Amino acid sequence: MQWVSACALDDIDPEDLVRFDHGGRTYAIYRDEDGAVFATDGLCTHEQVHLCDGLVMGDEIECPKHNGRFNYKTGEAERLPCVTTLRTHPARVVGEMIEIGLED
Amino acid sequence: MPTDQTLADRPEPLVERRDYSLTGPSAALAIERGLASAEWYHSDVPRKVMKELMQRRDGPAIRDTLIWLGLLALTAAGGIYFWGSWWCVPFWAVYGVLYGSACDSRWHECGHGTAFRTPWMNDAVYQIASFMVMRNPVSWRWSHARHHTDTIIVGRDAEIAFMHPASILLNILHFIGIVDIWQWMKVLVRNAAGHLTPDERDYIPEAEVGKAIFWARVHVAIYALTLAAAIYWRTILPFMLIGGPRIYGAWHMFMTGMIQHGGLAEDVLDHRLNSRTCLMNPVSRWIYWNMNYHVEHHMFPMVPYHALPRLHEVIRNDLPAPTRSIPAAFAEMVPAILRQRREKGYFLKKTLPPTARAYREELHQTIPHRDGLKE
Repeated sequence: MQWVSACALDDIDPEDLVRFDHGGRTYAIYRDEDGAVFATDGLCTHEQVHLCDGLVMGDEIECPKHNGRFNYKTGEAERLPCVTTLRTHPARVVGEMIEIGLED
Repeated sequence: MPTDQTLADRPEPLVERRDYSLTGPSAALAIERGLASAEWYHSDVPRKVMKELMQRRDGPAIRDTLIWLGLLALTAAGGIYFWGSWWCVPFWAVYGVLYGSACDSRWHECGHGTAFRTPWMNDAVYQIASFMVMRNPVSWRWSHARHHTDTIIVGRDAEIAFMHPASILLNILHFIGIVDIWQWMKVLVRNAAGHLTPDERDYIPEAEVGKAIFWARVHVAIYALTLAAAIYWRTILPFMLIGGPRIYGAWHMFMTGMIQHGGLAEDVLDHRLNSRTCLMNPVSRWIYWNMNYHVEHHMFPMVPYHALPRLHEVIRNDLPAPTRSIPAAFAEMVPAILRQRREKGYFLKKTLPPTARAYREELHQTIPHRDGLKE
């Protein structure tokens, strides 16, 4: 696994997310209401919509297209039409930056 | 042998009917053209503003639902009390619209999960409204998801109202709901018997099929009890209360529903080309739960109905001017639909204000073998 610098901590408000593209793939980087950071794949598993335009509510990210929801901390699909788990990635804060761990 | 004059007077023939099935050649073509699950045009909205607009609240929908259910109870009571005299007519007229038309917007908004903040409230009203509008609550959830993924993409969208060439007679009959409930009742009975069509299986995941059959059986059982009550008491009163409003009160649902996409483009990836925002009176907006802001709704479907007027203000400079009223919408839509019956590929293309970004024509023009998209 390699750690990749994704964005500055200040780029994301608490209880929000941003999109991060790297190596031909797209990811979503989150901060929860306490400021802890998380990362998932960037596209909804239902219809491949970018989750970065969705709404973070508590531990859930809502797809901006169809109201499907995932727990972005575990990746679990929590509301239809999403049924397939969202892939999560480790995330950490290093200095003022957020890094995510990606498989080599 | 006809003269030149008679040839000139002869109307153009109707366009060849397109394949609107979800499993036929149009479906394969839509995928080949990159129109399925594509990325759509969005107006720019600052992230902080969009987050604010998407916030869920229980208050507006609880208020509206209490008014809705209260009015249903009052008008039903009045209709029953005055049954047998002409005084019952205004009560049933109002009850009919509250049941047979307002159910559609409640079904729709709760299906999106945006009416209430509390999930069980969305689910409860969704189930009630699904029954009232005669839609299978499972299969229609999936068909509507597809409608938002592939809005008016032929071969993908299961909810295209005007299939060209559109039947004038059928669309007039829709206002009195007879054809409509006959069609939907057949679907419910077929689903209740355990049968789903290939189109239904195209958008309903296998794991959901059992639920679709279960809810169809629940709906059919309630209608069977209504019929039994009508026979037992020898009166149509049970159908005035249950099911009947989908005939005598559905006119408002169809009037507003036709405006959503009628006369506009098929097979485009810009909701400004295939959806219509139409200003309307406050009563219709309440019945319709602000779905008159239809471009806004399709572009940002997770914005709740009560926030759509604010969203409209935020992005209006990037949209065609809204149609000013329901009559104005019909005045522009009906001639366009009639022209679409005879002119392949015609659609009503609205002028954008100078402040708007251009339509995504470059994307449509690059689609191979695309015929008939013109102004």
